Amino acid sequence: MSKTDITKAEGDLYLENLVKSFADFTAVDNLSLHVPQGHFFALLGPSGCGKTTTLRMVAGLEPPTAGRIRIGEADITYEKPYRRPVNTVFQNYALFPHMTIWENVAFGLRRRGVKDVTKQVDDALALIELSAVAKRKPAQLSGGQQQRVALARAIVNRPAVLLLDEPLGALDLKLRRQMQLELKRIQTEVGLTFIHVTHDQEEAMTMADTVAVMNNGVIEQLGPPTELYESPHTAFVANFLGQSNLFGAQVVQTSGDDVILEDSDGRFVMPRARVADRVNLTAGTRVLVGVRPEKIHIEALDDAAPAPSHGNFVDGVVVTSSFLGVSTQYEVRTSGGDVINVFAQNLSAREMLSTGSRVRLSWLPVHGFVLSGSEDINAGVEQELVLS
Amino acid sequence: MSIAAAIADTLEEQPHHNKPQKAGKLTPYWLMLPGLLWLAIFFVVPLVTLFGTSLMTPVPGGEVGEFEQTFHFANYWNTLTDSTYYVPLFRSFLYAGAATLLALAIGYPLAYAIAFKGGKYRNLLLVLVIAPFFVSFILRTVAWRQILADEGPVVAILRWAGLVSETGGVYPSAFAVIMGLTYNFLPFMTLPIYASLERVDHRLIEAAGDLYAKPITGFRKVTFPLSLPGVVAGTLLTFIPAAGDYVNAALLGRPSNTMIGNRIEYTFLSVNDYPTAAVLSFILMASILVLVLFYVRRLGTEDLV
Repeated sequence: MSKTDITKAEGDLYLENLVKSFADFTAVDNLSLHVPQGHFFALLGPSGCGKTTTLRMVAGLEPPTAGRIRIGEADITYEKPYRRPVNTVFQNYALFPHMTIWENVAFGLRRRGVKDVTKQVDDALALIELSAVAKRKPAQLSGGQQQRVALARAIVNRPAVLLLDEPLGALDLKLRRQMQLELKRIQTEVGLTFIHVTHDQEEAMTMADTVAVMNNGVIEQLGPPTELYESPHTAFVANFLGQSNLFGAQVVQTSGDDVILEDSDGRFVMPRARVADRVNLTAGTRVLVGVRPEKIHIEALDDAAPAPSHGNFVDGVVVTSSFLGVSTQYEVRTSGGDVINVFAQNLSAREMLSTGSRVRLSWLPVHGFVLSGSEDINAGVEQELVLS
Repeated sequence: MSIAAAIADTLEEQPHHNKPQKAGKLTPYWLMLPGLLWLAIFFVVPLVTLFGTSLMTPVPGGEVGEFEQTFHFANYWNTLTDSTYYVPLFRSFLYAGAATLLALAIGYPLAYAIAFKGGKYRNLLLVLVIAPFFVSFILRTVAWRQILADEGPVVAILRWAGLVSETGGVYPSAFAVIMGLTYNFLPFMTLPIYASLERVDHRLIEAAGDLYAKPITGFRKVTFPLSLPGVVAGTLLTFIPAAGDYVNAALLGRPSNTMIGNRIEYTFLSVNDYPTAAVLSFILMASILVLVLFYVRRLGTEDLV
């Protein structure tokens, strides 16, 4: 492809074996990605995981140490930022303070030598519902409005790829929720490829078609939000995306489509489909078993009732209980010594189980998942606590 | 945002406690008092006296330097129409304007380099910019005589390059005066520009590049407009004192390079024509004021400062 065509390149975005090393550490380590055109793609991870560096490489603000970046057939790896069909919504918005909102939005079009920008700018402002403030300066707008202007300033150029660097990070919670839906609406409307970088797992899951969870410069797992949530492949993903109860167990045997596991609390059954790739299932292997807190059913232990005939269950004692309105959160210590979190929906005005009461926890085999025993059980937990 | 607005914002954020309001309300006035007194005694009073002097006429049959108050406003018109006076006035603005442009041409890139490329040497470079202030203004200007002297290195190079004739020189001349002015006021140009460039958010420059602006366009559309407050401050701090300066013209110029400052000094101290010297002082002040107002208006700085 000739040089002049690069600014108009379009198609899927490909990152091929991308590496970015700084003096003493590797921020992005041999990363490969394929983002189909028109996709809403989220790069999710804790701060320092390399997601922003990846974004800056795509934007051309940081040269990669190795690897290639392509849009369709066009190689843009070392292309100057102002020649790439890529626009960024910056974390701090980076609106030009000396220009009106209208001029801010017109900036990119004017630089590309578009003759009549009026209609496009007006349309972009209408899309973000801010036509009324076109003549104001950025400092006269609220944070949420500035955020939308930053978005309009980028999408008005119809880039092949739109990069969003923690665009909602500076907004308060309520506004952030609102903007998530807004952003999704706009993306659907304009049909551009969005690459959204965030450390907020809820944000990523709400908006993205595909989420890539990044940690230490590599992608831990990539897929639709539901798949990542329901079938995490690593402890990091299990803990970073929502909450998980993880505990060690040993493979006893595999029978048909089921795997039988055992820990200090007894035996569990897991469908083979719920076992992550590359997990060794020979008898005696150490594995991690995971269950999401909201998938667990909790009830007061009735010693007279017979043990359930199917499903997995453990008995324990309530250590703490906290009423959250929509649900009640319990911490249960099992007889085997594990601590398990349970979110019980407040479906009826039934009484809360008090601290110290004996309970039975049960979940369907398909609701659990099995990870490799070599995983760090606490991976992704700490970061989440720090950031939220 | 204007400085006043920023200060108002800061004040508003302070919670208002039910402390005694009286003392608090008067505090700003107490703080301003020394400055106001100083200005009143050493600026307003002399200014009024000077204005009085400007309306005097010689005592009929009196000695040289003897004047009486006659409220003779015609002094102004007579002075303005006398080429002995208006020529040096125009020359002053011409030289000061040329020196300001030169100082801007030198000071802006210098400030830019220090602000954006200075790295860890930033503070050292800033010290170097103001280092000349450690030597007296007069001494430094006299030093320029050596630099521009016929036997000096500058003339030697210019002669070698054929830019001046084998016997020609550059001192004393208008060129030397403008060089002296430029040199002497360069720090006043550089520092305010540095201050506003240093505040420019680098992410805005990145954003310009992201929005298809080549580096030079990014500078023209983003960096430079954002540094305008510094440019305005720097040009004013250079132009105003340069227009009234008489040291450079006295030390580096010929009589034909006389500036208005020299003319005022001469009229006052040598001719002892105090009313005319006072009139010239007022005309100089008024013309600078008009020029500055016009300039600031044109750039619309109320938004920028």
